[in-house]
Amino acid sequence: MTPDRLTKVDETTWRIEPSGPMRVPAIIYADETLIRDMDDKVGEQAANVASLPGIVQACYVMPDAHWGYGFPIGGVAAFDPEQGGVVSAGGVGFDISCGVRTMRTGFSVADVLPVQRALADALYRDIPAGVGSRSAITLNSSEMDEMLACGAGWAVARGWGEPQDLERIEDGGRIADAEPDAVSDRAKHRQSREMGTLGSGNHYLEAQVVAEIFDEAAAAAFGLRKSDVVVAIHCGSRGLGHQVATDFAKDMVVAAQASEIALPDRELACAPIKSEVGRRYLGAMRAAMNCALANREILGHYARGVFQHFFPGCELSLLFDVSHNTCKVESHVVDGKRRELFVHRKGATRAFGPGRDSLPPALRPIGQPVFIGGSMGTASYILVGEKSAEAKAFASACHGAGRALSRHAALRQWSGRQIIDELAAQGVMIRSPSSRGVAEEAPGAYKDVSAVVVAAEAAGLARRVARLKPLICIKG
Amino acid sequence: MDMNEPRASADSVPRWEHFPHGSDVGVRGLGLAPATAFEQAALALTAAVTSAQVEASEQVEVSCQAPDLELLFVEWLNSVIYEMAVRRMLFACFSVRIEGARLEGTLCGEPVDVARHAPACEPKGATYGSLKVAPDAGGIWSAACVVDV
Repeated sequence: MTPDRLTKVDETTWRIEPSGPMRVPAIIYADETLIRDMDDKVGEQAANVASLPGIVQACYVMPDAHWGYGFPIGGVAAFDPEQGGVVSAGGVGFDISCGVRTMRTGFSVADVLPVQRALADALYRDIPAGVGSRSAITLNSSEMDEMLACGAGWAVARGWGEPQDLERIEDGGRIADAEPDAVSDRAKHRQSREMGTLGSGNHYLEAQVVAEIFDEAAAAAFGLRKSDVVVAIHCGSRGLGHQVATDFAKDMVVAAQASEIALPDRELACAPIKSEVGRRYLGAMRAAMNCALANREILGHYARGVFQHFFPGCELSLLFDVSHNTCKVESHVVDGKRRELFVHRKGATRAFGPGRDSLPPALRPIGQPVFIGGSMGTASYILVGEKSAEAKAFASACHGAGRALSRHAALRQWSGRQIIDELAAQGVMIRSPSSRGVAEEAPGAYKDVSAVVVAAEAAGLARRVARLKPLICIKG
Repeated sequence: MDMNEPRASADSVPRWEHFPHGSDVGVRGLGLAPATAFEQAALALTAAVTSAQVEASEQVEVSCQAPDLELLFVEWLNSVIYEMAVRRMLFACFSVRIEGARLEGTLCGEPVDVARHAPACEPKGATYGSLKVAPDAGGIWSAACVVDV
């Protein structure tokens, strides 16, 4: 994207001024290098989102943004139902409630390195990953509905998790107002044998070592010390979420037309929040969010089992679990007035600063952990939400490095074997059923994650707490 | 002309191709009729998942409908993705019949063999991104969209 077409506010804040059908500006948080690396379509998509009915304040774009479907990935937009605001399936994405959880092992890298290879093999054996992998769990109809209503609490009640995990999950592990009845039979069927599976693509389970601490106080509050080993799990609502998105994208094309919403592109299909399709989508999407929370809880339980085999008594306590593909009702102050808004975050992480009542007591004084996923070989980061993010982007931050190259381009440049060997030489053990999948997810296909988090920090979205380096990566 | 769009002649079709997208994958089928273009795009979908040969040992029937040809194309690919997911299968060949707003399709394939197919990614859904179903000036039909993986 050429910066010349943007208004530069400061080193990490750029505006696309409202023009044509845009109701509000688009505001991009990134430095000039990241802006130049962004596809022009990111700006086009943000401008399109800014034209939707009921949008409040601006369409915000995170430093890791890239070209998505309807909304850019790394896009944040809030809508007011009292102003004709809409909800969009494309504004949440196909992998509803995709997110990251991070668990503390209590062990240091010196403890883990002697068993690194065996641990990698055991995690790969016990974590169902990739297309064709099989879940050990099959849900009948009533179990499915209960899971969709209760989220991670459902998993804990069945022994796949610990009760103390729940307060460390966004919304206590259960999204309210989920409507299992709004989820199609096809979506439920697609999920019936997928609970406790990782998926593929950019999803992963990693053992990571804390390589650098930036903020000692926040790190202490998060229970992180240099050289500690943590487990990070990145995945979402699996087939159920994919099917909910598919079902409602279709319904929203019709609903937008019926509501006389002029769409610059069908990708932006949406429905008024106060409409039957809007209400049904929100109920189904919240059920899919519960599915994602339950799924990550189960995967965390599997990881605990593996670690306890190698380190008897190891607890893997949950630091936090937060999603980055959601639409949530949140209270935000706009022009001095508190309003209830439907905040879409697509490839963007909620980043509450200190003091928010919804944070667990232990985290409330410091702020919410924000997890920035890496790309096998590169670093991941743990950030903490800043109060300033509230006014900057409805308390949102980035979610990962963001792709720099398409899968197509990555395949032309690397082989899976080459990536696996190179990372092994750097001390990172990759386990995946697909060499081609590894090549498509090559670290070089992603942007510089360090530049992304530095930009997020400079923009006042979230502050760096720790940098983590992968030791083991299980890819689907 | 969009640089991403193909130039085709009658003797170069039917065929399929991928086109680049930021994080996902674009699939495009080309043929002398919409049905052929749809079949080819579904082959592109399989090729997004695996580079290995897929056997056509089992047959699955699907049907779908939509108010126009472009939405029907997305419905078709989503029907294939659904069958891939719930049956844990990959498909090697496709036969499509279109009558008005309705499509009947036959998919032939086999269960996923992780060791042999080494699936690279999991299609989540066909999107309206870069969606286009249209003939070119020479009468070659193209059917394309972005698939979220």
